[in-house]
Amino acid sequence: MEAKVEDRPATKVEEPAEPKKTGQSAPAAPGELKMKAADVNLWYGDKQALYDVNLKVFGQSVTALIGPSGCGKSTFLRCLNRMNDVIDICKVEGDIRLDGEDIYAPDVDPVLLRARVGMVFQKPNPFPKSIFENVAYAPRLHGLCATKAQMDEVVETSLIKAGLWEEVKDRLDAPGTGLSGGQQQRLCIARAISVNPEVLLMDEPCSALDPIATATIETLIDELKENLCIAIVTHSMQQAARVSQRTAFFHLGKLVEVNDTSTIFTNPSDQRTQDYVTGRFG
Amino acid sequence: MTDQTASLSSFKSEEAQKKLRKRHWAERRFRMYGIAAILFALAFLVFLFTSIFTQGWSAFLQTSVKLPVEFSREVINPSGNPEAEDEIFQANFVKLAREGLYKELGIDPKDRKVRRDANRLLSRGVDVQLRDMVLRDPSIIGTTEDVWLLASDNADALLKGSIDRETPNDRRAVNDQQVAWIDQLVDNGDMKKKFNTGLFLNGASSNPETAGLGVALIGSFFMMLTVILLAVPLGVCAALYLEEYAPKGKIADTIEVNINNLAAVPSIVFGLLGLAVFINFFGLPRSASLVGGLVLTLMTLPTIIITTRAAIRAVPPSIREAALGVGASKMQLIGHHVLPLSLPGILTGTIIGLVQALGETAPLLMIGMVAFVVEYPATPLDPATGLPVQIYMWASSAERGFVERTAGATMVLLAFLIVMNSLAVYLRNKFERKW
Repeated sequence: MEAKVEDRPATKVEEPAEPKKTGQSAPAAPGELKMKAADVNLWYGDKQALYDVNLKVFGQSVTALIGPSGCGKSTFLRCLNRMNDVIDICKVEGDIRLDGEDIYAPDVDPVLLRARVGMVFQKPNPFPKSIFENVAYAPRLHGLCATKAQMDEVVETSLIKAGLWEEVKDRLDAPGTGLSGGQQQRLCIARAISVNPEVLLMDEPCSALDPIATATIETLIDELKENLCIAIVTHSMQQAARVSQRTAFFHLGKLVEVNDTSTIFTNPSDQRTQDYVTGRFG
Repeated sequence: MTDQTASLSSFKSEEAQKKLRKRHWAERRFRMYGIAAILFALAFLVFLFTSIFTQGWSAFLQTSVKLPVEFSREVINPSGNPEAEDEIFQANFVKLAREGLYKELGIDPKDRKVRRDANRLLSRGVDVQLRDMVLRDPSIIGTTEDVWLLASDNADALLKGSIDRETPNDRRAVNDQQVAWIDQLVDNGDMKKKFNTGLFLNGASSNPETAGLGVALIGSFFMMLTVILLAVPLGVCAALYLEEYAPKGKIADTIEVNINNLAAVPSIVFGLLGLAVFINFFGLPRSASLVGGLVLTLMTLPTIIITTRAAIRAVPPSIREAALGVGASKMQLIGHHVLPLSLPGILTGTIIGLVQALGETAPLLMIGMVAFVVEYPATPLDPATGLPVQIYMWASSAERGFVERTAGATMVLLAFLIVMNSLAVYLRNKFERKW
């Protein structure tokens, strides 16, 4: 399957009438191809939720997934670390690759995959444990730290990266659930990056936060993307415009258009994208 | 319809005011129904507790009489061989106690009628009391000691006031002579009510003053132990599998419906099942607390499964996603997050199930645990009774002493239930986590 990987920064532009293939029409983004989804179809029971989605996610950059509610953007995001596996009635078809490896191959352990592809959820969901334990949980799970000193270091680095260290360094034993909403979400980000994932999926990470906390998280995303590949689902088009380099627009389970963020917001090739980003529907 | 949105002033009309008053009154009435229902329930509870308490508190006291007993060697151990336990077992201890009584009362032991009246002041269980003293410490043979011995049921009843002194002599269970003796002993301080340890230590007896809950307590303990050891792990594992692993579908639905139905099966049916399966098929002994525990396990299992499933379902999905999202396996998710978070619910459900099992009588009747057991059961395979069954048996006895013991035993059972329920509340509050 290396052949498919080679064609990544294809520059040829398809005609806008063919939205299905726009996934391959993206201009070169910073960093290299990290994840590639090809012809992804997904069903919840009898109901099809995704239709032939083709999307590439590049390293050292942020890809935003936008679209009206129920368009399948979160569903697609959850395909990328197989979180949909836990839903009994969910069936996924298609080819999703991480660094060229099929993540749905039978020999891939979803648990190990999720260590490489971390996730931050819509609602801040720290464990009802101490701040330290929240961050230390994943490294301990995967046996990354042999000694207490190593663990302390991992926790500190993760919290520093998540921009939370200064606020919590004196109360690492306090319960994570006692923090404010924005702090909780940063704690969740620290927890997600504690095992050094290669990809970070964020499912509307700011929708439950106030504008100030949102701004903090957005700055954080900007910093994190230096070493990470980030895919973020958001309802806020301003947010997509602010934080992302590439934007994919979903509508009714289909990927309508994907391109440079500036192109999507200023000169989209599809009428539906145009209507959505200008606020005419959604 | 459009009028209603017109303006607030339209609410000031007479008709609107009337409507408003009617609605307010209806609300107040609705609230009053609720208060009335609660008061009604509380009144019954108070009535129940007062009635049990007023009848039962006296069971915790038992009248004893202090007598100078001469442990005469000729009566107890004529051979002089301290190893001869048979001799001690067959010795006439009643005679020793009675002689002490005659001395204490200063009556003539030659007069047979007087002697018979006096004998009736002592419990028929005094021989066991004295024999146990001698067996515990053989060195007292040959000495005379002041010993507190159990008074008879009737003397006890007179002291507790349940025999009316105003009743004419020929219709009273204790005659005038006996009343005079009792008064004399009480005045000397040689007869008084003491805390009734026998109620908790003794086994079954046909004399109310020597009957106790000892065997029933041990039997109930063995049964609870069996239930905890079997029903809790089985129930929690079943609930975990059904909730976390079982594929949703017809089979899962059928199992769910059947578990819910099992919870509603009358307990006596479980008793019949236990009789047929455990005793007749597997050949376990009758009246054994192991069989009782097994039957109660079957009965408790649905309760534990249902409450555990509810507790597991109450774990927020966001926590599951968080754990899976950082790469926890299903088992790690369950072990690290689901179980600890649902623990308060599981504990509460378990304790409520245990409380149900502790108070259950009907299935125990079916497997022969309604029995006259004097000896403590050493293992769960020995014959035993349970607390509720003991209450049932005492309630069907006519003697005055058994009436108060029935209420007393009910108080003991209620105390256990209240303690266990409080424990459930305490554990729930202690382990409850907020998110």
